[in-house]
Amino acid sequence: MGSISLKQVTKSFGPVDVIKPIDLEIEDGEFVVFVGPSGCGKSTLLRLIAGLEDVTSGHIEIDGNDATTIPPAKRGLAMVFQSYALYPHMSVRKNIAFPLKMAKVDQAEIDRKVDDAARVLNLSDYIDRRPGQLSGGQRQRVAIGRAIVREPAAFLFDEPLSNLDAALRGNMRLEISELHQTLKTTMIYVTHDQVEAMTMADKIVVLRDGIIEQVGSPIELYKNPRNLFVAEFIGSPKMNIIKGAAAEALGAPTIGVRPEHIEVSKTKPKADGAWKGTVGVSEHLGSDTFLHMDAEGVGTINVRADGEIELRHGDTAWLSPQVSKIHRFDAAGMAA
Amino acid sequence: MARAITNERKIINTVAAWGIGLLIFFPILWTILTSFKTEAQAINDPPLFLFFDWTLENYAVVQERSNYGRFLWNSIFIAGGSTLLGVIIAIPAAWSMAFVPSKRTKDILLWMLSTKMLPAVGVLYPIYLLFIQFGLLDSILGLTIVLMLINLPIMVWMLYTYFREIPGEILEAARMDGATLRSEILYVLTPMAIPGIASTLLLNFILAWNEAFWTLNLTAAQAAPLTAFIASYSSPEGLFYAKLSAASTMAILPILILGWFSQKQLVRGLTFGAVK
Repeated sequence: MGSISLKQVTKSFGPVDVIKPIDLEIEDGEFVVFVGPSGCGKSTLLRLIAGLEDVTSGHIEIDGNDATTIPPAKRGLAMVFQSYALYPHMSVRKNIAFPLKMAKVDQAEIDRKVDDAARVLNLSDYIDRRPGQLSGGQRQRVAIGRAIVREPAAFLFDEPLSNLDAALRGNMRLEISELHQTLKTTMIYVTHDQVEAMTMADKIVVLRDGIIEQVGSPIELYKNPRNLFVAEFIGSPKMNIIKGAAAEALGAPTIGVRPEHIEVSKTKPKADGAWKGTVGVSEHLGSDTFLHMDAEGVGTINVRADGEIELRHGDTAWLSPQVSKIHRFDAAGMAA
Repeated sequence: MARAITNERKIINTVAAWGIGLLIFFPILWTILTSFKTEAQAINDPPLFLFFDWTLENYAVVQERSNYGRFLWNSIFIAGGSTLLGVIIAIPAAWSMAFVPSKRTKDILLWMLSTKMLPAVGVLYPIYLLFIQFGLLDSILGLTIVLMLINLPIMVWMLYTYFREIPGEILEAARMDGATLRSEILYVLTPMAIPGIASTLLLNFILAWNEAFWTLNLTAAQAAPLTAFIASYSSPEGLFYAKLSAASTMAILPILILGWFSQKQLVRGLTFGAVK
């Protein structure tokens, strides 16, 4: 079991309110991602759940029991740190066995569980090495191994992939997702990378300045961002935000159009409402082409076009936003 | 650009280093040399350097006159005891200052160090009275406690510097892994800090071994360590330099050997944190 609920949780460091009152329900077995720009309080929130920081006010419940004042060792949660935080003086085997040893599990059982974890994580060949002799990816696996052997109520990940190179990051992302499918244990994952959030999460929690801006599935957030901040934060490349007359013409003080929801044509389309623009930079990726256009009376517009489109710097093209997929925001930046 | 290391420069550096080294070591060397002279040669003018009649007579006299073994044993016991007792107190103290600092931690550290700036004789009287009250005069236990206390600030400071170098996340990981405070210190922090703890132990042992003020003032015959053994060979009149030197050589020899074998550890300990 691993349901976690936060009730009016706040955290202040001196005069600075890092977490303003937050309510959040995390269901058993969910993969929840906390995402937001740096300094938004996502890591602090995770550390509050872990018990590594004390809440200033409010309550944290784990499986329905008040865990607010329970020390981290007794909360039954496992954490994977950004720096991996392996014990440098212990072999891989001893690192993974450490939580079991602390729980006073008997030695035969420890050996069996450690061997199982090492096999699942492809660490069997390195089991007697020290962390210093491992690559970044292997260290990350040891950290995950140390977390899974104790069968925690929930896993907490604090930006676990940010020290890895791009290719490895993609692989580890898959591995963690697969692990979640297999274990079906609650996972809370902190990242500033919205791609990780979109690809891994059942539920995304978008944070800014210690406040939850929106909670929802990746697709909900993509389709129905509650405000401009979420709209711009979720989705890659970023949503185009248009203000002024061009926005008013489409029915709101501010509108947002995602780059993939704009049609590009080299000739003027018959329907009204197309923006005339000049190509600034075109990035040909093969599968897609990203066009950075300067549209007359609208401003800079990014477009995700077909991979085979033939448009170069200085070419003129017409842009037609898909009207049904336009996001409209009021003057305060809230979705209208 | 890297500085070019020419042969000439190398030679100058080597000569300079040996020169400074010898200058620092000279008093010890002179003591050792004097211990092999006769009393007359010891005060010869001009001083005799290497060409004199080498003799072991002083050592024989010293051996005969006093029980070196008992002084040695007292020294080992007092230095070792105060070091062990100190480290048991200093590790948790340094842990709390390094990992759960409060607003006053820096002040406490400085205050602790400031006690080392106080001239020891300033507290001789109260401590002497306390010793009389508790019947600790001329006891190994009393000296062990006093030496532990006077070296405790240095131990805490050294360990604190070491512990600060250990990433806090590793200790947090131990906490998440279900370690109690005791297990965290025992299985994670201490093994990681072993080089630091070793050099702290070593330095403290040397300081306690060489401590003369308290050992001379608070002991008579029973608990007297090697410092008192040396002092017993100085007298207001007569010839005693050679015998005094022999006693000194015998007193410093054990610590000299210990220092020689552990110099790598010691240097690392003293410069830790300064160069990263």
